[in-house]
Amino acid sequence: MEKPVLEVKNLTTHFTSRAGIGKAVNGVSFSLKAGEIMGLVGESGSGKSMTGFSIMGLIDAPGKIVDGSVRLNGRELVGIGEEQMRSIRGNKIAMIFQDPMMTLNPVLRIDTQMVETVLAHQNVSTAMALQIACNALRRVGIPSAGERLSCYPHQFSGGMRQRVAIAIAMLNNPELIICDEPTTALDVTIQSQILSEMQKLCKESGTALIWITHDLSVVAGLADSVSVMYAGRIVESGTVREVIESPRHPYTHGLLGCAPSRNVRGRPMQQIPGMTPQLLQLPSGCAFRDRCARASELCRVAPHLVHAGQGHEYRCFHPMENTREAA
Amino acid sequence: MLVFIIRRLMQSIAVLFVMSLLVFCGVYAIGNPIDNLIPPDASAADRARTIAEFGLDKPLWEQYASFLHNALAGNLGDSFAYSTPALKLIMERFPATMELAVCAILIATVLGIPLGMWSAMKQKSAGSKIVLATSILGFSLPTFWVGLMLIMLFAVKLGWLPSSGRGEVQTLFGVPLSFLSWDGLRHLILPALNLALFNIALVIRLTRAGTQEALLQDYVKFARAKGLPNRRIIGVHVLKNILIPIITVLALQFGSIIAFAIVTESVFAWPGMGKLIIDSIRVLDRPVIVAYLLVIVMLFTLINLVVDVAYSLLDPRVRLSEIKG
Amino acid sequence: MKISMQFFRGESPFARLARGYCSSGFAVAGLILFVALATLALLGPVLAPQNPYDLAHLDLMDSRLEPGRLAGDGAMHYWLGTDEQGRDMLSAILYGIRISMTVGLVSTAIALAIGLTLGLLAGYHGGKVETLIMRIADIQLSFPPILIALILLALSGQGYGKIIVALIAVQWAYYARTARSAALVERKKEYIEAATLLRIPSHRILFKHLLPNCMPPLIVISVLQIASAISLESTLSFLGMGLPVTEPSLGLLIANGFQYLLSGKYWISFFPGVALLLAIVSINLVADQLRDVLNPRLQNH
Repeated sequence: MEKPVLEVKNLTTHFTSRAGIGKAVNGVSFSLKAGEIMGLVGESGSGKSMTGFSIMGLIDAPGKIVDGSVRLNGRELVGIGEEQMRSIRGNKIAMIFQDPMMTLNPVLRIDTQMVETVLAHQNVSTAMALQIACNALRRVGIPSAGERLSCYPHQFSGGMRQRVAIAIAMLNNPELIICDEPTTALDVTIQSQILSEMQKLCKESGTALIWITHDLSVVAGLADSVSVMYAGRIVESGTVREVIESPRHPYTHGLLGCAPSRNVRGRPMQQIPGMTPQLLQLPSGCAFRDRCARASELCRVAPHLVHAGQGHEYRCFHPMENTREAA
Repeated sequence: MLVFIIRRLMQSIAVLFVMSLLVFCGVYAIGNPIDNLIPPDASAADRARTIAEFGLDKPLWEQYASFLHNALAGNLGDSFAYSTPALKLIMERFPATMELAVCAILIATVLGIPLGMWSAMKQKSAGSKIVLATSILGFSLPTFWVGLMLIMLFAVKLGWLPSSGRGEVQTLFGVPLSFLSWDGLRHLILPALNLALFNIALVIRLTRAGTQEALLQDYVKFARAKGLPNRRIIGVHVLKNILIPIITVLALQFGSIIAFAIVTESVFAWPGMGKLIIDSIRVLDRPVIVAYLLVIVMLFTLINLVVDVAYSLLDPRVRLSEIKG
Repeated sequence: MKISMQFFRGESPFARLARGYCSSGFAVAGLILFVALATLALLGPVLAPQNPYDLAHLDLMDSRLEPGRLAGDGAMHYWLGTDEQGRDMLSAILYGIRISMTVGLVSTAIALAIGLTLGLLAGYHGGKVETLIMRIADIQLSFPPILIALILLALSGQGYGKIIVALIAVQWAYYARTARSAALVERKKEYIEAATLLRIPSHRILFKHLLPNCMPPLIVISVLQIASAISLESTLSFLGMGLPVTEPSLGLLIANGFQYLLSGKYWISFFPGVALLLAIVSINLVADQLRDVLNPRLQNH
């Protein structure tokens, strides 16, 4: 068994406000091997982005990581000083955000923004850094990379900008890239291009990937494993095949059922009733019980983790049937 | 880019014409125009000559035309008090005022921007609150009073700096400047500081607000995610974004600075245009008043033009859309 | 769906405003200071130990005394010293505050009235009226106020009334612009449409309906402008272009004392300066807080 690149154990991030404590990330655990692509799926407010930020150490007051550990190749990241964390960000762990127009500085040229990333972590000359940047742009499929370097972000189309962001993420050959909904703001066709691009790059370079999204269908085509989050907790995780073909947690099942492609024409679309709970007012026990058709008195207690074999895990007292066994 | 500049230039010239018309109407149409050009005690022959020269017996628009014609040739009449051409008088004093004004803007920028950024980053600290409170003072204190206090403190009580006048002057490219010598600098500091005070407070406020807003933007978060040192994030990423509105405001304030130089020059007996205009207003030396107004109008229009061009240079989004459009 | 709790408490808007205002210690201090100064200004002639402009009361032998000295005839203490004419500085300052504040308040009030009316008209009627008024306002706003005031005074000569006219001329455009923007926004709202349909005459719509909703930003600006007017007037007086010697404002007092600064007789300029400062700073503090308090309220309407 290879040693995992990333090991997250019981990560807990709280946001303190006058109205109470918001448990954005509530005891999240997972691990990633080198080159593995994991999808982190959930609705908005599920804590998936916060998990990503927590790993990067980008949680600002009033938020704080209060418990848990994040180990990168065995090295503990929670609690190390800011200076050490800074040397890891953009270097060993990189992040891609949702809207590249907002994340690229509009008044600085692309080459400036790329070269500074290289120079912050590698001891090379500026000319060398420029070369590295140019190569990175080529790798992500941007035509006439050399000229494009002197352009400004607004001169690129949406898809191109995201490719630039990917190029920036790969500049220092990170071991892990966290992508926070990078294709949500793009057209579907561009989306699939970006997806296959990323898959290719990761396989080539052996970089692990956490793909944060609310769209399970994206994960199905892209990832090796998937973790489903709800109200700050991972409610189900496993290989993509396992989870999608045989979802055990009612929420996962609901999510899959909601996907338009799954519907038989003519039948009303399935919905999960209700809305995601406010993090400040979580019900006790299983956070999903207010919306779950299968909930009972038992669910007032937080469900423990059940191992269903082959890495498939879930937290539920009333899981769905195991449809794979029946097949 | 060139097209852009030319277009703005044309607009500026149009504005200049309108303004000169206003100045003309305002000053020449109020009261007897002749009184604007000849001292009250001049002889009848002089009157007749001036009437002919300036065409004052002709219809108003012809008068304006000849006024303009004369103005473009640099002839705005002779000062009553000094009997030298009014324009010459103004231009002699021009470098002194400009030196003061430029110095003031530099001080405001060099002091204001770092203080404002620092105050935005360390919001809760006592230092930040002090900076903010002082900036309110900066807005409130009338310029002349600050000048008096500066003199009282530095010249009278401490005796470090001179209380009035301009220092040693040296000529650089044909322009007499005083900051090149130590003596000149000593004389320059207090008036420049005085003139700068309001703008220091303004720049601090603007920078603080801009930095606060910038720090919340996604590109700052992304820069942190790239592992960039804080120094660079603040000094390059944030700074370049907030500079644009600050520079715009400062440039527009330049006009106000020139105007307030009138006060500072009076307090510090600085031999610039401002002192001249006050003295001229007191004795109703109208040619000088007119010359001053025209020079000011030209200056303001020029400043607006420069700001427009600089804005497009600084903000790449504007520049490129101008080229396309 | 946030329903404002204050709605249920049945609090009047004024009470809400007052509560919001008092949340800052500085702001309350500023208000107290301003009220104190205003009171001093009102009661000036009553409180002053001496009428500094009645030559019969002045004793030239007492001129240029430091603060705290006793008068030659022992009738009073010169708490803040005397000037070159033997005037008691404290009395002169009390009279001076009166004049400075009066000029500031009167000019602001009139400028507000004029600018408000013109701005509302421009915003409401639009078209040529709007263009004309706004063009004039824009041209004026592109010049520094001090320059405009100086030119006006140069052309019209000095005097109490002329200073007030100059100050009004300098300020009105600012109000007009703000009133017009507010009117433009409000004009599109439904209650105006309703009023028009009900055939309520224009001027009533303007003043009874449009006006109250445009007030908040104008209140902030006008308070700030009072300070600005006082400052400008004192600057003009200092330059010798302002109020005549018979009605000296604080600016003139400071100007008088200028020549004595270098010889160490600071009090002739210093104390009037402090009084001026207190007036301006207190008004600015009040305006600052009003601005913070009134703005979010606008969104709750």
